[in-house]
Amino acid sequence: MRTILILLMLMGAPALALEPGEMFTDTALEERARYIGRQLRCVKCRNQSIFDSNAGIARDLRVVVRERITAGDSDGEILDYVSARYGDYVLLKPPVAAHTYALWLAPFALLLAGGLALTLSLRRVAQRSAAQADADRAPPEEKT
Amino acid sequence: MIVEFGHFALVLALVAAIVQAVVPLWGALRGAPSAMRVGDRAAELQFFATACAFGALTYAFVVSDFSLRLVALNSHSAKPMLYKVTGVWANHEGSMLLWVLMLALFGVMISVFGRMIPGAVRAAVLSVQAMIGVGFYAFILLTSNPFERIGPAPLDGQGMNPLLQDIGVALHPPLLYLGYVGFSTAFSFAVAALITGRVDPAWARWMRPWVLFAWSGLTAGIALGSWWAYYELGWGGFWFWDPVENASFMPWLIGTALLHSAIVVEKRNALLKWTILLAILTFSLSLIGTFLVRSGILTSVHAFATDPERGAFILLMLCIYIGGALTLFAWRAARIEDRGVFALWSRETGLLVNNMMLTVACGVVFVGTLYPLVLELVTGDKISVGAPYFNQSFLPIFAVTMLLAALGPFLAWKRARPRDLARRAGLTAALALGVTASAALALGLAEPVGLFGIFVAAWLASATLQELLRRSGAPGPAARVLRRMAGLPRSAWGLYLGHLGLAIVAAGVVAVSVWRDEAIQTVQPGEATAVGPYEFTLLEVENTRGPNYQTSIAAVRVTRTGELVAVLFPERRWYPVEQKPTTEAGIRTLWHGDLYAVLGDPAGSGGFVTRYYYNPGVPWMWLGAALIALAALISLTDRRLRVGAPSTRRAPVPQPAE
Repeated sequence: MRTILILLMLMGAPALALEPGEMFTDTALEERARYIGRQLRCVKCRNQSIFDSNAGIARDLRVVVRERITAGDSDGEILDYVSARYGDYVLLKPPVAAHTYALWLAPFALLLAGGLALTLSLRRVAQRSAAQADADRAPPEEKT
Repeated sequence: MIVEFGHFALVLALVAAIVQAVVPLWGALRGAPSAMRVGDRAAELQFFATACAFGALTYAFVVSDFSLRLVALNSHSAKPMLYKVTGVWANHEGSMLLWVLMLALFGVMISVFGRMIPGAVRAAVLSVQAMIGVGFYAFILLTSNPFERIGPAPLDGQGMNPLLQDIGVALHPPLLYLGYVGFSTAFSFAVAALITGRVDPAWARWMRPWVLFAWSGLTAGIALGSWWAYYELGWGGFWFWDPVENASFMPWLIGTALLHSAIVVEKRNALLKWTILLAILTFSLSLIGTFLVRSGILTSVHAFATDPERGAFILLMLCIYIGGALTLFAWRAARIEDRGVFALWSRETGLLVNNMMLTVACGVVFVGTLYPLVLELVTGDKISVGAPYFNQSFLPIFAVTMLLAALGPFLAWKRARPRDLARRAGLTAALALGVTASAALALGLAEPVGLFGIFVAAWLASATLQELLRRSGAPGPAARVLRRMAGLPRSAWGLYLGHLGLAIVAAGVVAVSVWRDEAIQTVQPGEATAVGPYEFTLLEVENTRGPNYQTSIAAVRVTRTGELVAVLFPERRWYPVEQKPTTEAGIRTLWHGDLYAVLGDPAGSGGFVTRYYYNPGVPWMWLGAALIALAALISLTDRRLRVGAPSTRRAPVPQPAE
């Protein structure tokens, strides 16, 4: 029974996300590999980075990333290297390009719109307050 | 037979919903009390019928009736009873049935607990609530019928994804739906207000308990889902900016804004239009979330385009409900007059700023979640918008929101003195800087983002505590302060506990992001590994069986400077029916963090891959989230809002909107 169980596990179970064999012994390099790993999407999974994923393709990509690091590429060069082969889809942080301008400008546009709406509504309240203050002041003036 | 009865009950619920949608509204518009009262009876019948349908489906799962397609696809005779029951909503059809059950439940609760609401308003609210129901009953019956039979019945079922065979994720949907669907009440109150033309502080007082209740459930539901991901997915992640998570987070953000703006309506008779719009938007985001999760559009835009039945149906409902409500708003809102008057420096302005920030934050999540879908539909370009985008765009906005949330309670209603604000903010800044500096020195942290995160959490916490003490009459004799503190209104406690909870969550998130320790390695039994200040030793791995799985359980001893701290039991399970493995992390919670161990694959020659973590701050996240959910419930019991409680004030006099 026990051997069957172990066999089953070996056959069917995907590996855990990051395996000891892959890792760099140098912590600085390992940090870089992880940072890049978190920027890249596992193409087979739903919204998981290759750092988080246990799929085979994610593992392969992690190995590629580490090879490029060893080869001396910069972080940007590695991301370019992978996206040149798999498309922009693998970049969890989309590139700034014509088709993503709207996405990257959205937070600023929303803040601007929010600020504008806030200013306008506060001004309207101020006008209303002024009008009411005038109305409050009016009766005594009539008496005089 | 029972299954057919359930199917029949569901059809009956649809009929009751149609009656409830039409008759009471007609009565409210014509002023016919007998027609209005039909709403209450129909709401009861609708709930009863839906509960019967849900009960029938549950029965089919419990007795493993595999002639039912849904049971055959999603259950198995060897599954433990608990997961047979929770399996009812762990699939598309069943979860939609749970959705309408919640909707009908809220309808009947409005009918039962809303006796103090004037008949015409209640009738209109119930009617709108039922209009939502009609669409969803039709959706279930026409595209997602859970009572479909198959013949011949298979000998056994295909089982349920073992990741979902877990108590955390089993309770996640009901709580989440409590919030998600609970916001339908806000929508119904808003649309009813637009129809009847009555919006005033009383209206906000009737609506706000429902918003509080739903928001509390949503908070707990989101936290529970996050907790499950944390212990089940095997590496301690808790938030992934996955579209499914965003789908529940967006209503939470706008619902939080609604919660705050409704206070302004209630206390100051201001922000009326805005609050109605927020109520509509909150539930609209719940509907959009339902569409995202249930249409299959997230898995693939193309799958959605080729098999559009369900997706197109929900999309149509979205257009009708959201479009209809917004059109009604555009048409009628001009008749609602905002009479509120307040100075620039005032609590009202503070809450307006809160609303603006939360809406912008929600907008950012909305754009980030939908952008790739829209882009692919329009241009065919496939891009991903993941955690790096949200961390860069959402987190700064939310951090500023939290900084401002600390200042809001310092402001007095109507007119605040800027000098008071400056003095209290100065004290807060000094305290927060002190905490940040000592954390940086004691724990050796130099990373600016981490320091800023600690500052934000400390800022919000110290401001909240400062305000709580000040309002309790401090500085003064301790006994008097405590007595006053105990006598504060429940809604005040809701404010302080809620804000404090948020600060604690933030502190936890920052702590685990900055100070997590990790070790991944292959070890032989008996081998020790250093993880931060702790030493993890794999003692042994034992193979055994669970009710419907086989499992390897490891014992991992954790020591600190030679003293035993805990023994962890991480598991690696194998579910033969589903042919899937799961990992169960071994976790020991200490006050400052979690010790967390995961057992990986056997690595040959008796060794095992193991992953050990020290996750500081994680327990604070759950504690903080629980505090936030609790704060809403405490606020709910405030005398002012307690539904049906005798009012100390004169009953609100109905007044025409014009």
